[in-house]
Amino acid sequence: MSSAASVHSLWTAAADAPQKIPAPHIEYAQLSPTLIVLGAAVLGILVEAFLPRRTRYPAQLLLATVGLVAAFAAVIALAAGGYGTDKAHIAAMGAVAVDGPALFLQGTLLLASLIAVFTFAERRLDPAAHGRRVDSFAAQGAAVPGGEAEQEAVKAGFTTTEVFPLVLFAVGGMLVFPAANDLLTLFVALEVFSLPLYVLCALARRQRLMSQESAVKYFLLGAFSSAFLLFGVALLYGYAGTVSYAGIADVVSGTTRSVDPALASTSGNDALLLIGGALVLMGLLFKVGAVPFHMWTPDVYQGAPTPVTGFMAAATKVAAFGALLRLLYVVLPGLRWDWRPVMWGVAIVTMVVGAIVAVTQTDVKRLLAYSSIAHAGFLLAGVTAASPDGISSVLFYLVTYAFVTLGAFAVVTLVRDAGGEATHLSKWAGLGRRSPLVAAVFAVFLLAFAGIPLTSGFAGKFAVFKAAAESGATPLVIVGVLSSAVAAFFYVRVIVLMFFSEPRPDGPTVAVPSALTSTAIAVGVALTVVLGVAPQYFLELAGQAGTFVR
Amino acid sequence: MNPVNYLYLAALLFTIGATGVLIRRNAIVVFMCVELMLNACNLAFVTFSRLHGNLDGQIIAFFTMVVAAAEVVIGLAIIVTIFRSRHSASVDDANLLKL
Repeated sequence: MSSAASVHSLWTAAADAPQKIPAPHIEYAQLSPTLIVLGAAVLGILVEAFLPRRTRYPAQLLLATVGLVAAFAAVIALAAGGYGTDKAHIAAMGAVAVDGPALFLQGTLLLASLIAVFTFAERRLDPAAHGRRVDSFAAQGAAVPGGEAEQEAVKAGFTTTEVFPLVLFAVGGMLVFPAANDLLTLFVALEVFSLPLYVLCALARRQRLMSQESAVKYFLLGAFSSAFLLFGVALLYGYAGTVSYAGIADVVSGTTRSVDPALASTSGNDALLLIGGALVLMGLLFKVGAVPFHMWTPDVYQGAPTPVTGFMAAATKVAAFGALLRLLYVVLPGLRWDWRPVMWGVAIVTMVVGAIVAVTQTDVKRLLAYSSIAHAGFLLAGVTAASPDGISSVLFYLVTYAFVTLGAFAVVTLVRDAGGEATHLSKWAGLGRRSPLVAAVFAVFLLAFAGIPLTSGFAGKFAVFKAAAESGATPLVIVGVLSSAVAAFFYVRVIVLMFFSEPRPDGPTVAVPSALTSTAIAVGVALTVVLGVAPQYFLELAGQAGTFVR
Repeated sequence: MNPVNYLYLAALLFTIGATGVLIRRNAIVVFMCVELMLNACNLAFVTFSRLHGNLDGQIIAFFTMVVAAAEVVIGLAIIVTIFRSRHSASVDDANLLKL
């Protein structure tokens, strides 16, 4: 025995006694909004697995609503506890920031997702199939469109209640995305919210081929762009030897405490920093839908089920702009003189292309997609300001934009003909005579998109352009105002079409929604008007929230 | 061997992947090219980890693998669905959505 041990010791060595590894310190209370939403999503999966089919829909709707409301309450509690202002700090071992912009955007995201979940759950719009009410989602996502399996699934009254856990997972990722404080968390959060969205896009009940096509396009381009983002992360890690935002910012500004030889050689290599920063920015600009990377937006917005489009348009933009702001203002402020001209260019091209191409669109969903591209341009104008006003104006604009968008897409779900939603613009002619209320509500949303005074869109645009002008970006503001004028043209054209042309005899009907969609639209209108007439309180709130923690 | 050579290899693999995404027409092949890009990122992470003498990069490589696996699940599901309904996985055949 002892000889065996001595022989054995020839090629092995006794391991050191295991040292105590300190457990990471996680501030669960401060991360509670994200944890609640992800917990509700996991419970939703269990509901899918164990509850009988009939009871899943009410259970899922209740679970999603309760989860989102509880998470929103947690955000409010954190903000009231001062984490948005003087107690702002970095939680979870440097991975997640709990500060003003993070809490503000998380609150916005949670409210917007709650509204979106209401539109997901709407079951009054489609005519009942085989005596059961149906929502906008495929009876069975895996069944071939038009095939036997699909008919059987419809006959059996299947519904895809998985959309609720999916949307909760997406919201969980989106909550982390603007709060991510290192590049790894940023990448993981990006994937966590993107993957459920790819699946959601493929699940439309009507026009399933288009829906699946939009999912493929979104998935391939999304994966492509996230690979670029990841390579950028790798280069930034190579440059700074760390992925933490503050660590990289220190290396960029040359204020690190200790410099080892490896760091000295890589941090002298500006190519790593510039290419890495550019690739990460590219990944974020793709999610935002800014112009060189906007190609996916119209196709995906048109093909995806309309409730999903509304959710995607509102929530993705909020989350991605939050992450973009944090990256530019916390990690790369030292590179301000390099990224500002680039962002200027991107903002100008985005505003101009978004506004001009929208004029030629004939489909309501594509029109709204190009309008969302133009709005990304306006938001980028605020981002380039590189000032505290820039942050708070972008935060405010995101709130106004999110709720107008959700409301507008909710109205799109109401206008229907035999083939489902009637999204071709020609079918909307004379809608104002047929259903004055719906047309008037849609007109309010369009006026807010156009930025007419007394709507939230005007207050948001004014704040963003003011911040840009004060930072010396006058040409940007001039281009912005001109492209707003172009954009106003096509918004007003739709209003004229709705109110001043004869309704077509074969035109669409306007479905009467249940309380769910009505709530979504009512909240959209209310916030549009309130933020337009009395924006002061919310501007101050955004101003107080506008400081990043480092 | 100088570890910087591995960075050149990573950049080369990434470029091959990106070129493949742009020129190949089969969705599965496009998707494989994306995976090649992710693996190139992993190689870069591990090389930088060696250069800097800290383990962050190696840990990140594990995260990337998990994310890539999750992406495969979603991606193949979507591509198989569209193949079953159209009997084609070509990205050129998917052209219902246009102006």
